[in-house]
Amino acid sequence: MIKVNGREFPWEEGLTVKKLLQKKNYTFPSIVVKINDRTIAEDEYADALIEDGDDVKVIHLITGG
Amino acid sequence: MTVSKLKESHKLLAEYKYVPAKVDKGYTNKSLYVNLSGNKIKAKEVTAMMKEKFIGGRGFGLWYLWNAVTPQTKWNDPENEIIISPGPVAGITQYPGAGKSLVVTLSPNTQTVVDSNVGGYFGPLLKFSGWDALEVQGKAENDVVIFIDGSEGVVRVEEAPEEAVDSHLLAEQLTELYADCEEDKRNISVVSAGTAADNTMLGMLNFSFYDPRRKTVRLKQAGRGGIGTVLRDKKIKGIVVKFKGLKGNLNNPADFAKIVNTGVKLHKEINRLDDYQNRMRHNGTTFLAGIMNDYDLLPTCNFKFGSHPEGEKIAAPNWVKMFDAGKADGCWYGCTLACSKVVCGFELKTGPYKGQKVVVDGPEYETIAGVGSNCGIFDRDYILECNFYCDTYGIDTISFGTTTAFIMECYENGIINKEITGGLELNFGSKEAAMELLHQMARGEGFGKIAGLGIKRLKEIFVREYGADAGFLNDIGMEAKGLEYAEYVSKESLVQQAGFGLANKGPQHDEAWLIFMDMVNNQLPTFEDKAEALHYFPMFRTWLGLVGLCKLPWNDIVPESNKDTEEPAKIIEHVQNYVDLFNAVTGQNIDIDGMIRQSEGVYQFQRVFNLRMGFGTREYDKVPYRSMGPVTVEEYQSRQERYDGQLKELLGIDPEGKSTEEKIKLLRKYREEQYEKITDAVYERRGWTKNGVPKLETLQKFGMDFPELVELVKQHQ
Repeated sequence: MIKVNGREFPWEEGLTVKKLLQKKNYTFPSIVVKINDRTIAEDEYADALIEDGDDVKVIHLITGG
Repeated sequence: MTVSKLKESHKLLAEYKYVPAKVDKGYTNKSLYVNLSGNKIKAKEVTAMMKEKFIGGRGFGLWYLWNAVTPQTKWNDPENEIIISPGPVAGITQYPGAGKSLVVTLSPNTQTVVDSNVGGYFGPLLKFSGWDALEVQGKAENDVVIFIDGSEGVVRVEEAPEEAVDSHLLAEQLTELYADCEEDKRNISVVSAGTAADNTMLGMLNFSFYDPRRKTVRLKQAGRGGIGTVLRDKKIKGIVVKFKGLKGNLNNPADFAKIVNTGVKLHKEINRLDDYQNRMRHNGTTFLAGIMNDYDLLPTCNFKFGSHPEGEKIAAPNWVKMFDAGKADGCWYGCTLACSKVVCGFELKTGPYKGQKVVVDGPEYETIAGVGSNCGIFDRDYILECNFYCDTYGIDTISFGTTTAFIMECYENGIINKEITGGLELNFGSKEAAMELLHQMARGEGFGKIAGLGIKRLKEIFVREYGADAGFLNDIGMEAKGLEYAEYVSKESLVQQAGFGLANKGPQHDEAWLIFMDMVNNQLPTFEDKAEALHYFPMFRTWLGLVGLCKLPWNDIVPESNKDTEEPAKIIEHVQNYVDLFNAVTGQNIDIDGMIRQSEGVYQFQRVFNLRMGFGTREYDKVPYRSMGPVTVEEYQSRQERYDGQLKELLGIDPEGKSTEEKIKLLRKYREEQYEKITDAVYERRGWTKNGVPKLETLQKFGMDFPELVELVKQHQ
């Protein structure tokens, strides 16, 4: 199990940031991803592995419709 | 009819000559007062007190309206006013989104004060014509045009019997009529409504600007609160302003270089980043449709659901293909975010202009979601046609969409039927019937005339005339304070529920849009956090409407460094840009706290204004349960995993063995309690009593302790 924005989410072997975003259907273009407080650059999403127990933040930079 | 014939038919009712005041640090220090009942026109002083406490824009509108009406005044009394004010920063051309006007009136929907913001050239041209605000009171006997010529220094009220009422025709006619030549058309802006504003409570205002590249008049809308209905009730066909000689420094700012530098910084940012962020220059606000569908936030079938398998059909890429692209699309000079998209040569299939090829301004996200998905319609041609007719008829696409969605759900539940609707089969997805409903609103005929009353009045009629269950209608009728909801599903964001419910004018998202911060990012875990967000963001966003700025360049483009800031949601670099612009124009020296403080004063004043008109207490901050959670079995079961999970995690209740109805009841009890708690927290943060009334010390703190306000709130402490 991992945490995504403070809420539990099932972990699986080989889970990358890219896969997580797909699973959560997070399609908004302006986001900041952090794993255990380390910011992940967008070009690392496909390779950045998420480990079991990690604390992941996916902050959407949208505060206005 | 030719323009010369139209001109000949005009009859001069009043004329006022003046020497246009020069703008000094963003203000002309004069406002224009027109009373149509006696055809009186005069100038008023804009006082130092007004500038200090009310700033401009919405603030000036609220102040003038307060002084014009009494607690007994109704929206259609001659005493009601329409006030248009651009704000001190409006009219600069160096920073994107700096041409906004704010319109204030007593609303036919809410019966109290309402404000609506709008682009187009009217506000800046009004200011450069010598006026910080236009205040229109009284009622004309016959249809009139108010013409303000800032170059010649003359204001006229003219009877105008022959022009069209529908905006796409009227704005063209009046632009043609008052322009000296083709080149002069860009110096003209027209405020108008349309035939549906004559016959419904949902009328809106179009503000025009001339698009020289496409050689056509474009329209932007002050949509909310029925202001177009008020305009037509006053028998105003159009308000025209004309000003020649536009330059970039007409605000006579205190520090022009600062404005230029701040603007250059944002222009570069947009140029560098927009293609990788929201692509506003390509998509306009349509980019939100696909995003909202992906995050289960796109209102579908009267807000029952937040997504639909056909949602992709109304996502941005499909609109972009239809846009007339590659030309500047700012609704005021200098806006490089350029989100005012347009579809040209669109052939109408229905209505009085059937077969004609027209220009459609938009669609904006709210229109796509309102008249489209929320009515279960995913047909782009329908959405465009509905967009066009709503605009030209002068009817708000949000209120039309949300009202029609409500009617469709009533129809599907057998509350109303074909006999009642005059044969219209108003099921979800029935685009032909929905379009006919709109045409009926414009003609003031049939069921359209009833539908045009808006949801609050429809609920009463359906209960009284057709024996509908009032409780069910109150749950699914998406209005609060009498205003129809804007197009976002708020069920999974308590903060957005309160953002809608506690907004001064009713459930419009321009005060607070915090769904992602709350629901997705989970950045507001405590009630204290939520209340703080529901204080800061409404105050910040209100400020934009005091000074004449658009909010889109604040948050639809984000600097690279924003992610490393302490509070990325605030986009603090852009907030600082706004403070810098305000200081550079006015010569003042406020900081971000000062900016919020300016807003707080005006915000408290507006809350007391609601109280004065018989509202503004806790009972008027209630919201329909559909905005909080699932009303029906169908809704609950469509997201059963989510709701069952919440029963377990949040309430410690095992959903196993319970009927859906039982689970709905349990969830409802919890969510309604949460809404009460957030209401308490926000009231406390805003300095209000448990009943939602500003405390005396709150008014004193913000310098709003005018004797009349003090007297009023004392009765409610």
